[in-house]
Amino acid sequence: MLFGFPLLSLVIWLPIFFGLIVLAIGNDRNSLLPRWLSLIGSIIGLMVALPLYARFDPTLSTMQFVEQYIWFERLNVHYHVGIDGISMPLILLNCFVTPLIVIAGWEVIRERVSQYLGAFLIMSGIVNGVFASLDAVLFYTFWEASLIPMFIIIGVWGGPNRVYAAIKFFLYTLLGSLLMLIALIYLYHVSDGSFSILEYHQLPLPMTPQILIFVAFLLAFAVKVPMWPVHTWLPDAHVEAPTGGSVVLAAILLKLGGYGFLRFSLPIAPDASLYLADLMILLSLVAVVYIGLVALMQQDMKKLIAYSSVSHMGFVTLGFFLFNSLGIEGAMVQMISHGFISGAMFLCVGVLYDRLHSRQIADYGGVVNKMPVFAALFMLFAMANAGLPGTSGFVGEFMVIMGTIEVSFWYAFFAAMTLILGASYTLWMYKRVIFGAVANSNVEGLEDISKREFMLLAILAFAVLWLGVYPFSLTEIMHATVDNLLLHMTHSKL
Amino acid sequence: MDFLQPDFTPAYPEIFLLVMVCVVMLVDLIVGEKRRYFAFFLAQSALIGCAVLTFTTFSPDIRHTFSGMFVDDAMSDILKLMVYATVAAVLIYSRTYIGVRGMFKGEFFSLALFATLGMMVMISASHFMTLYLGLELLSLSLYAMVALQRESTVATEAAMKFFVLGALASGFLLYGMSMVYGATGTLHTAQLSEIIQSGMIDHAVLVVGLVFIVAGISFKLSAAPFHMWAPDVYQGAPTAVTLFVGSAPKLAAFGFVMRLLVDGLGEMVADWQGMLVILSVASMAIGNVVAIVQSNIKRMLAYSTISHMGFVLLGFIAAGEDGYSSSLFYIAAYVLMTLGAFGIIMILAREGFESENISDFKGLNQRNPWLALIMMFLMLSMAGIPPMIGFYAKLSVLQAVLSAGYIWLTVVAVMLSLIGAFYYLRIIKFMYFDAPESDMPILPGMDIKVLISINGLAVIMLGIFPQTLMGLSLYAIRQSM
Repeated sequence: MLFGFPLLSLVIWLPIFFGLIVLAIGNDRNSLLPRWLSLIGSIIGLMVALPLYARFDPTLSTMQFVEQYIWFERLNVHYHVGIDGISMPLILLNCFVTPLIVIAGWEVIRERVSQYLGAFLIMSGIVNGVFASLDAVLFYTFWEASLIPMFIIIGVWGGPNRVYAAIKFFLYTLLGSLLMLIALIYLYHVSDGSFSILEYHQLPLPMTPQILIFVAFLLAFAVKVPMWPVHTWLPDAHVEAPTGGSVVLAAILLKLGGYGFLRFSLPIAPDASLYLADLMILLSLVAVVYIGLVALMQQDMKKLIAYSSVSHMGFVTLGFFLFNSLGIEGAMVQMISHGFISGAMFLCVGVLYDRLHSRQIADYGGVVNKMPVFAALFMLFAMANAGLPGTSGFVGEFMVIMGTIEVSFWYAFFAAMTLILGASYTLWMYKRVIFGAVANSNVEGLEDISKREFMLLAILAFAVLWLGVYPFSLTEIMHATVDNLLLHMTHSKL
Repeated sequence: MDFLQPDFTPAYPEIFLLVMVCVVMLVDLIVGEKRRYFAFFLAQSALIGCAVLTFTTFSPDIRHTFSGMFVDDAMSDILKLMVYATVAAVLIYSRTYIGVRGMFKGEFFSLALFATLGMMVMISASHFMTLYLGLELLSLSLYAMVALQRESTVATEAAMKFFVLGALASGFLLYGMSMVYGATGTLHTAQLSEIIQSGMIDHAVLVVGLVFIVAGISFKLSAAPFHMWAPDVYQGAPTAVTLFVGSAPKLAAFGFVMRLLVDGLGEMVADWQGMLVILSVASMAIGNVVAIVQSNIKRMLAYSTISHMGFVLLGFIAAGEDGYSSSLFYIAAYVLMTLGAFGIIMILAREGFESENISDFKGLNQRNPWLALIMMFLMLSMAGIPPMIGFYAKLSVLQAVLSAGYIWLTVVAVMLSLIGAFYYLRIIKFMYFDAPESDMPILPGMDIKVLISINGLAVIMLGIFPQTLMGLSLYAIRQSM
């Protein structure tokens, strides 16, 4: 409880409340008011989320901060929220990223400012809701609702091909979600009328339904993660989205998919998960290696980072299906770290794009001569993306590779290729954009980053280094939860 | 011969409305051109009066009257209240629209009220003859309303089509009823199910009759493959009439199906379930796929209606309390969404401009963000995206169907609604992503503005709190079974 309000509900509904106010007061003539209001709203959102960390008991594997009320009786649906060691870091990541988005759009977004900011704030609250829901219908409601603001953000403030990208994004995700909906209704049916996710964890299921449920969930989550071969919406969405949209997409929305695996697929259908683990590992490795190669060939910086995201998220799904705690914890660290790094990378591209209005690598060169401070920060993030020890990028990948070795040498061999591939595509892009002689008159006219941009990138740089040097602060929280999850996963439900 | 005076209490609202329609017609003759709004206010007060009567004579038990030809139960009362509210909203939305098109006349209101009376009789019928009377009263009023704009060739054509096909469907229905009568010797819904239960009848004749009845029903519901009239009528009729045709009569049609198939032929559930499966899948498929290529929004919404009716039929297929109540919930949600969507089309229309094309919605967000937001809610609701009411309607129907064991049907329904999502998104795309083509100010009257806001907020608020409407639907079905 915080000031008499249940804490978790506050974390969910406060950003939505601020978003609605920003939407309501919006007019384009005085854009400063919505900007400040959303900044204050997002910071308050972060403030109320901090006690979640402070008051969290890492020794418990059960749900904490639980609230449960009846939502509608006819289908026995509850407003049931609570968090454990898996969802808590993700909620914090989301609350942490939201103020950054508001600041990132400060001078850049000039059209329909209040709608832009309102959409982000509402989405922030909705995403918190996804991570906190313990009722399947509540989860699905938040899950689908998160599509709406993102659809609008891509479509209204996006690039030239935005309509195609927005509709593709929406329909791809909807396809997966609808199958998940069928699986949820089926689970409701076999559990004698319950939508409680925690009850589903205990529900015994024969193999065939388990596999069907697993496949239905897989489609929903694989599209979101995204896994190869259903990743094709992501590069389109990223390229067309405004910088803020790309950051949220990469840092937060992709994590919804990963979270879904941990909350639904693995504990609800453990036998099917084990049965199909090799397939899942294979798909993940294809993402890691093949998409890594695809990233190498990109001419567009945002597209390159988008493919690099797919490749890095491959590590996440790889870690989940290793069935050991190193793999799952590594995957979790990778998710959080990818949130920081990809967010930062997209912000860096955004910084360049705001100046030259081009994302083509070929249009740049020798930027370091004009923007030394920017080049230094970008360097850090590029190194983190390549998995340099000491940055957060290293920790997750290293843990997952260690976990993979326990399962199979060859899996680990291919997984480890990311260290080469990631370094190649990231650093090669970095080299072409930043180093060398000043490429053209446009680059000649560049100015180094403003205080606002510096602050943004510095905060993220701190986060990347902190997680890289002291990952224990994160793994400590989720240890008990992951152990409990593994217990579920290794316990047959047949 | 003894003449027992029937108990009139259950039929008070119908009797009151009949009187009021006559008053509207008479008053309209007396007052001059300038005081036409008299008819409008009289019509509204007639509806309010009916609502008060229905509300005060409400009782949870089932009451029969007129020798068992008329029934008053919780379902009929709740459906009637929904009908009043819908018709009242339609009249308010239409006010400006019909005003500038020279249709703001007593005929419009008296026809609308006659149609309402027809719906009420359909909802409360417990005899096939009463059902047919109500249906014809409704249909004839609707045909006339579609043709109300005499000089419009499109409207006349639509009315002609509507009339010919409608008469054909009524013929089907009557033929089916006569067969049922031939097989069982009664047209009372209650007796009918007893007789069928006894098993002393010719099942084959009954099934043939059932086929005709189901065909008639699907025409009225505009379910495929008996949907052909809907797109033409929706497009051709003046938007105010389209709204009327597309909203309240669907509530009545729900009551109609309940009385005919569930109350009357409930014992033959196994027979009609199979037919409805075909109708439902065909409706969802045709509705959703064909809607994609439409450029006229009224036509698109007609196909969208067809697909929604497929969903409503799913609830009947599931059968049982769960199934019927989710169908009722779905149809209530559908009516709410239709009201809003056509309401916005009418708000965008002006004198000499119909705003019928989807491209007329271009850049609505820049012209009027509030209307664009409401329209987005409506479209997302129709597409079944939470937290809009449309999603919870779909959820409860799908849950009922899956619990009844039709897993494949659930999958088909869900996949077809994915296709459907595309054309709803297209409207949002036009409103939000495109630049406006016209900068004519949008100036709806205060009442319309308030109503559309309530309507839009209801779509999301009833979605966030679906318990009320869901509980009400369940109560209605439970009390009258």
